Amino acid sequence: MRAIACDSPAIRVRGLVSRIGGRVLHDRIDLDVFRGEIVGVVGGSGTGKSVLLRTIIGLQRPVAGNIEILGQNIADLDDEALVRLQIRWGVLFQDGALFSDQTVAQNVQLPLREHTDLPQQLIDEIASVKISMVGLPPDAAKDYPSELSGGMRKRAGLARALALDPELLFLDEPTAGLDPIAAAEFDELVRGLRHSLRLTVFMVTHDLDTLRATTDRIAVLVDRKLKIGTITGLVHDRHPWIHEYFTGVRGRAALAN
Amino acid sequence: MANGSGRPKPAPAVWYRTEQNEDTFRLIVGGFWIISEARRLDFLVKAIQPKGFTRVEIDCAALERLDTVGAWLLLRTKRELQHHGFDVQLVNVREEYRALVHTIDHDCTAPPAGLPPPHTFADRLERIGRGLVHALYQVYGLIGFFGLVADETAAVILNPRRLRVAALFHQIEDGGLNALPIVGLLSFLIGVVVAYQGADQLRQFGIDVFTVNLVAVGILRELGGMMAAIVVAARSGSAFTAQIGTMKVNQELDALQISGISTTEVLVLPRLSGLIVTLPLLTFYSNMMGLFGGMVMCYFALSITIPAFLEQLRASVIDWTFWVGLIKAPVFAFIIGLVGCYQGLHVERSAASVGSHTTRAVVEAIFLVIAADAAFSVLFSVLGI
Repeated sequence: MRAIACDSPAIRVRGLVSRIGGRVLHDRIDLDVFRGEIVGVVGGSGTGKSVLLRTIIGLQRPVAGNIEILGQNIADLDDEALVRLQIRWGVLFQDGALFSDQTVAQNVQLPLREHTDLPQQLIDEIASVKISMVGLPPDAAKDYPSELSGGMRKRAGLARALALDPELLFLDEPTAGLDPIAAAEFDELVRGLRHSLRLTVFMVTHDLDTLRATTDRIAVLVDRKLKIGTITGLVHDRHPWIHEYFTGVRGRAALAN
Repeated sequence: MANGSGRPKPAPAVWYRTEQNEDTFRLIVGGFWIISEARRLDFLVKAIQPKGFTRVEIDCAALERLDTVGAWLLLRTKRELQHHGFDVQLVNVREEYRALVHTIDHDCTAPPAGLPPPHTFADRLERIGRGLVHALYQVYGLIGFFGLVADETAAVILNPRRLRVAALFHQIEDGGLNALPIVGLLSFLIGVVVAYQGADQLRQFGIDVFTVNLVAVGILRELGGMMAAIVVAARSGSAFTAQIGTMKVNQELDALQISGISTTEVLVLPRLSGLIVTLPLLTFYSNMMGLFGGMVMCYFALSITIPAFLEQLRASVIDWTFWVGLIKAPVFAFIIGLVGCYQGLHVERSAASVGSHTTRAVVEAIFLVIAADAAFSVLFSVLGI
């Protein structure tokens, strides 16, 4: 049974249609994210990148289509099965979405306390491991989210997303709002974690440097469809938006080095 | 898999066994060292005590799966043994787990990230002290804010073009007009209650017609204005804090400030002056509805007809009774608006802070309104009105 689960892609989307306020954002799109892969989704503002992510993680219902995560069709699951599946993935929201009335340590411990029966002391230790794994200084553990910088909030959000050792990680604009050095560090962190935890990563981003540094494949949302390929393949795509994206001033600069 | 040396029995999914040769104590781990097994593992690995050896080898060759938690447990064991003077090594770590073990071994040197310690008696004493100091600061801050508002008000009066008329009318509509239904209903009910209770008591003395006096004095001097003030504190005072606080969270206040626009002038004065205009009007309306409620009750409970009620009302409302309630209204409005805006401006950049300051704004406003009402009572009795 495990063999079957391993062979299926981590994420399989078929014929997904999303509509927001009567406007069709996605028109029958297909997407496969394989295990151990990092896939980035790009697209212009308002094309529905975040909606795609929210739909895949089940925060939004699609109008039509099938979404399978880790071999299970989300629409078929009852509440209990959905929770069992949800603890196998972690999500980093755009600004971290940390609970503002809890310290970083409490934020990271929350999934552990909710979904495991570990003794408190071990939970403390695990939280501290996760906090240092994402590169936060140890004394950040007792800080409240409002006391952290944007970059640190993202790291703390990532530590919470990794709390239960997920197989699949969703990142929503992980480097938006970070300075280039912090963004590069974050890319490095994601790559390192993928290597050490053997994660599958699905990220939404605008950042060409991040795409180049971390992703294996890229999915571009244009004209309500997804175009999927590697960076080298997509650079030669004829579509005007994709062309402009990769060969515009910023694109050339990012791809040059 | 064979089990050695009488150690705790391994379960099928996760196990370890020990071997001893010469001076080396070998800890052989295998199976699924993952979070779902961690509860048992945590207990098991703490029991390991390689007494009488100098070297310990942790052999990881038989691991089938390892996650962060499992790796942490291995490394924690390693560190604890090292701490006790053993020479510990992890051997035969499979290629695929090396990165994970390396990451955790390198990055994690911190002590456990604990929860805040539980409160002791001293903490509670400290909390009381802090609360007191905070309350005094609050008073100090409010007085400072009062000065700031007075200063800006003077500036606007000298240069009336700076008054934000549109915002002012918006506040009057929002805080006054939209409050009419709830203020009216509450005051009507209060009138009914006062008349009913009064009628019950006064009937025993055969002076039930004085119920009208009770209703008139009670509503006009105190209850009408108080009901209006409390409803406005709950509706508008809280709204001021939440609106200004959310703007602060969104950095809109910073944006105003760097554009050279005074936040007091744009945000505080329209709200404050809007309230000062509306609360006396609301109080008048509240008084009328209260009297109406009393009149209805008198008609049904005491069979006092409407002309008779009005006649008795005219006799009971002597010189200042009507004005006493209305004079207080602008002061109440000022208190509610001042506290609401002050709390809004002191919100910190978090969602929880908006909530706690909003609560504080309402509680403080109602407290200060009642305190001011008591002060007015003393003042009026000294003045003999």
